[in-house]
Amino acid sequence: MQLKAEHGDEARFLAGGQSLVPTMNFRLTQPAALIDINPITDLAGVDNGASEHLRIGALTRYRALERDPAIARHVPLMEEALPHIAHPQIRNRGTIGGNLAHADPASEMPAIVLTLGGKLHAQSVRGERWIDAADFFTGALTTALESDEMLTEIELPVAPPRSAACFMEVSRRRGDFAMIGVACVVQIDESGRCSAARIGLCNAGDGPVFAAEASDSLVGTMIDRPAIEAAVALIQRAIDPGGSIHVSKEFQRHLAGVLTGRALTKANERVRREH
Amino acid sequence: MNVVATRNFGAPITRNEDARLLTGQALFVDDVELPGMLYAAFLRSNVAHARITSIDVSAARARAGVIAVYTAEDLGDYWAPGPLLVPPPPIKDITFNQRTQVPLAKGKIRHVGEPLAVVLAESRYLAEDALADIAVELEPVPAVTDLENALTDESARVHDDVRGNVAARVRQGRGNYAAVRARADRVIARRFHYDHGCSSPIETRGIVAHWDARANHLTIWDTTQAPVFLRNGLAGMLGLSERQVRVIAPFVGGGFGPKIMLFYPEEVVIPWAAKKLNRPVKWIEDRLEHFFATTQERGQTHDAEIALTADGRILGIRDVFFHDTGAYNPYGLTVPINSQCTLLGPYVIPNYDSAFTAIFTNKPIVTPYRGAGRQHGVFVIERLLDIAAHELKIDRAEIRRRNLIPPDAFPYNNEIIYQDFAPLSYDSGNYEPILDKALELIGYQQFLAEEQPRLRAQGRHVGVGVACYVEGTGIGPYEGARVQVQANGKVGLATGIGTQGQGHFTVFAQIVAEQLGVSVRDVDVVTGDTDQFYWGAGTFASRGAVVAGNAVNEAAKVVRQKILKLAAEHFECAEEDLEIANGEVSVVGVPGQSVKLGALAVKANPMRGAVRPGTEPGLESTQYFGPSGGATASGVHAMIVEVDPQTLTLEVLKYVVVHDCGTVINPLILAGQIHGGVAQGVGNAYYEQLVFDEEGQLLNASLADYLLPTALEVPHMEIAHTVTTSPLNPLGIKGAGEAGAIPVGPLFAQAIEDALGLSDRKIELNEIPLSPARLFELINKPSDAE
Amino acid sequence: MSTETHDITVTVNGTPYRRQVEGRLLLSDFLRHDLLLAGTHVGCEHGVCGACTIIFDGAAVRSCLMFAAQVDGHEIMTVEGLAPDREHLHSLQQAMHECHGLQCGYCTPGILMTMKVFLEETPAPDEAQIREALSGNLCRCTGYQHIVEAVQLAAERQQK
Repeated sequence: MQLKAEHGDEARFLAGGQSLVPTMNFRLTQPAALIDINPITDLAGVDNGASEHLRIGALTRYRALERDPAIARHVPLMEEALPHIAHPQIRNRGTIGGNLAHADPASEMPAIVLTLGGKLHAQSVRGERWIDAADFFTGALTTALESDEMLTEIELPVAPPRSAACFMEVSRRRGDFAMIGVACVVQIDESGRCSAARIGLCNAGDGPVFAAEASDSLVGTMIDRPAIEAAVALIQRAIDPGGSIHVSKEFQRHLAGVLTGRALTKANERVRREH
Repeated sequence: MNVVATRNFGAPITRNEDARLLTGQALFVDDVELPGMLYAAFLRSNVAHARITSIDVSAARARAGVIAVYTAEDLGDYWAPGPLLVPPPPIKDITFNQRTQVPLAKGKIRHVGEPLAVVLAESRYLAEDALADIAVELEPVPAVTDLENALTDESARVHDDVRGNVAARVRQGRGNYAAVRARADRVIARRFHYDHGCSSPIETRGIVAHWDARANHLTIWDTTQAPVFLRNGLAGMLGLSERQVRVIAPFVGGGFGPKIMLFYPEEVVIPWAAKKLNRPVKWIEDRLEHFFATTQERGQTHDAEIALTADGRILGIRDVFFHDTGAYNPYGLTVPINSQCTLLGPYVIPNYDSAFTAIFTNKPIVTPYRGAGRQHGVFVIERLLDIAAHELKIDRAEIRRRNLIPPDAFPYNNEIIYQDFAPLSYDSGNYEPILDKALELIGYQQFLAEEQPRLRAQGRHVGVGVACYVEGTGIGPYEGARVQVQANGKVGLATGIGTQGQGHFTVFAQIVAEQLGVSVRDVDVVTGDTDQFYWGAGTFASRGAVVAGNAVNEAAKVVRQKILKLAAEHFECAEEDLEIANGEVSVVGVPGQSVKLGALAVKANPMRGAVRPGTEPGLESTQYFGPSGGATASGVHAMIVEVDPQTLTLEVLKYVVVHDCGTVINPLILAGQIHGGVAQGVGNAYYEQLVFDEEGQLLNASLADYLLPTALEVPHMEIAHTVTTSPLNPLGIKGAGEAGAIPVGPLFAQAIEDALGLSDRKIELNEIPLSPARLFELINKPSDAE
Repeated sequence: MSTETHDITVTVNGTPYRRQVEGRLLLSDFLRHDLLLAGTHVGCEHGVCGACTIIFDGAAVRSCLMFAAQVDGHEIMTVEGLAPDREHLHSLQQAMHECHGLQCGYCTPGILMTMKVFLEETPAPDEAQIREALSGNLCRCTGYQHIVEAVQLAAERQQK
């Protein structure tokens, strides 16, 4: 913390390095110093103690999350997304904190954390604070972290009863950034009606997108075809994707619709099958 | 003929070179470490077209650890445009404007990445640091990027004195197209775009130059596919005799064509710098640099027309196309001539009128990359046939069958001039069995009749594609080989070409082993070292096995004769009574009467006595082979694909290659070549595209955005062979290095159209590459499909 | 730019090395040019091609995305550590040889290290699993098919 406070933006934290070091090798980023936080093993690990929340240390490697049964049991949305993140060799080093702090709009994990309504813990010499996911991602490659702050922990709600999740993405090749990715969680009550829904997207804007209106539109419905189609229409109207050399904005909008429909259909099947 | 007991030719023998590569003990250029070595970094232009106002290197020179910084001015008289590597073929009425690349830019920048200055420093890191110290003032000029626009008078000029940016105009043909067009039952005209990409070998380019002032000798390690030509050219440029220069192409991590481009700026500058500074110099290309510093292929636009009878027979084809040659044209017309010639395919096309304009653009240089322009031509003919099949209501495989050159028509002379400067003559071939085999293996009839309708009913969009091609391989001028039996009984073999993974250390050993009755493992092969073998052209155009292989065979045959002659004298018997096997010569039917080859070799090089005049010492021979023309390989690819109609992602369900490359030396290595070619074809068809903007900026210069196919995108491939031997070389072989890559583009277009039922929706896929995004555009806005 | 050095002690293929390294020296360059273990190859330096893959504390990682200064006290295996010598190849190397799973050989060390760890974690993989595990290593020569066969063969043999 001390070093970061002293050097400010001239120094960068080095966690997994899987996003930072390529930019350094291209000489696009040339920090005067790197603060290697890898030895701070306290910052890694999944804390399963609380009943409603899971806390994940920022330095936890993606590979560890893939293997942790607590993630599979309590955060199935993340478990489904993990194999889409880059490749095993990248996931062996890449950390959840590093990936979130990098905040690439096409990245999967920011959309997961936002969809789940997670909280991110930041620390500096000046103190510490919790930041809601909705406030954390402020734009492409920018977050609410001050220049002397480090992300230390991520808190995610445990999957509630009678809920199911689904993550889907379309990318050019496995492991590439998503052209569009959709994350959704649905919850039903005893009568089978949707009691809660959250839909988020990656690469649909200049940061992860939480589709509030579309999510709300599902509450009270049976998450049947008309309800899903209505949610799809709302999402396609709401998002403002940026396009890229691999995908036009129109195609992203189209894909967002397709994937939302498919993900909600699958989540709905799952929630009714499991409960 | 004497029996050779060890059977090597045609056997799937595992490779001699593997152990070194597998244990990380094979020398690649960047592995060369020399005391006192300096490291080079090039400052490259980040705009595509500009006049150079000034370059100030003083701050860079002052940086600690920097030994020297050079610009074009510093090269003095050494600075000169590179030679024309391939002059235009002897075609009538050609226009050709030679403009070749320069070692460091002077006066003008013509493509992004063109080098402006070079820094030599104590480490690569310091050299790259110093690049930031160099102050360049450029006056940008409008970039020439659009082919049709480039030809207008209003366009900027890549070369100030070349009007309309015309690098070349070529027209070739046979028969009389205009006459047959008039009497055709059907004429179909379309515009096609074909874009090929960059080779992206996993090892980028590199060079180490070591000038030893006391020995008066220059050694160069280079990732080149043409060490002999490089040696000759550099010796000339540096004012040295050829004997003073040694070029070594050690293990090279993939070539695919662009590593045979010669006298790249770096290849010209680094040896000069090493000589001037009297210290070894190393330059290794960044991956980023590879996208513009190494040559590549790019696009052509074809306006093509086919005239047919009602039953689908081709009367003739007319094709007018534009070829993007990039900022300079050192490789002449090889790529577009290949497009022009290979368009004819395995078909009878009696009337052909083909004209192209090669156009300078402010983009990196275009030279051959695996396929070398054949892809573009094959796309045009295969798509025209597909469209014709649809309009004439003839099955796609059937329309091809009807037009195939019959087996009794060989040698088949297409008359127009090919890249080897000779008329395009197909030496041998039998095409219908290849088509039949491919259709059988893919289950064509059954798929269309049963499987496709059944899967369609389930809502799955599956389609089948079939594409045919021929490939002129094994062209001259020549290659050579020296075979020598050594005292230890092993056989040394040296040849002038280099190796970039094609298994030469094994394939050539097999040829020697076959002739000399030794184990493949006992043949020690050297390739790509100009001190070990002086003469040769290089590894390109699918000619290594054919041309060098035959030279190896000729040399081995002569050594075999020497062995038999000497052994016959030794045993005082007739040569017919001898057999060579397992490394020794024995008298047939007389046990105990045998002599090891090593002992014979010693006998052939006596310390006393006399060697008779007119004979040579040792058991050695150097022979050369130069074919009179290319040997024509051919093949058919077939594929079943499933397309997700919503996301437009696809999955290849089945992929079949039936291939004819004449006699097969090593089926294991051949399969590897085909797999690799198809993988590059898949990349070309659906994943890889160099995206340039209107200013000539490359927008996706990284492997994150230039999409090479991975193990998940390349399908499992089934391969079968037919064999029509080539009469043009004693071994009867044809080349196979590029074949896999050639027909994949039209195959994808056809199969995707079939899967999505696009022909019925009047949507045609007349361009490559395709992608989900591009399919979305074409399907949803057909009127915009330009 | 600061060029302060760091003292490191790192075990590579069982041998401890003590060196002083500049802060920004990449692990790939350190292995290749300082330790002269040139079997690890560099293909892109942006973490995509996988040619530089080594085994770091038992996990397959990109050496081009790490700094030498980070490896103090850690254990690394490179391709040179797979087999005692050329006559006694590791089962993966032997299988790659028999199945013609390499052509130019440049991407091969990275693939060997990736697959070594993969087979330890997934001893009986099917083709889909192998291709997925292989998807982080680019090969431009082989089209992957023979590599997949080699991994299958090595898996079978390792199980015995």
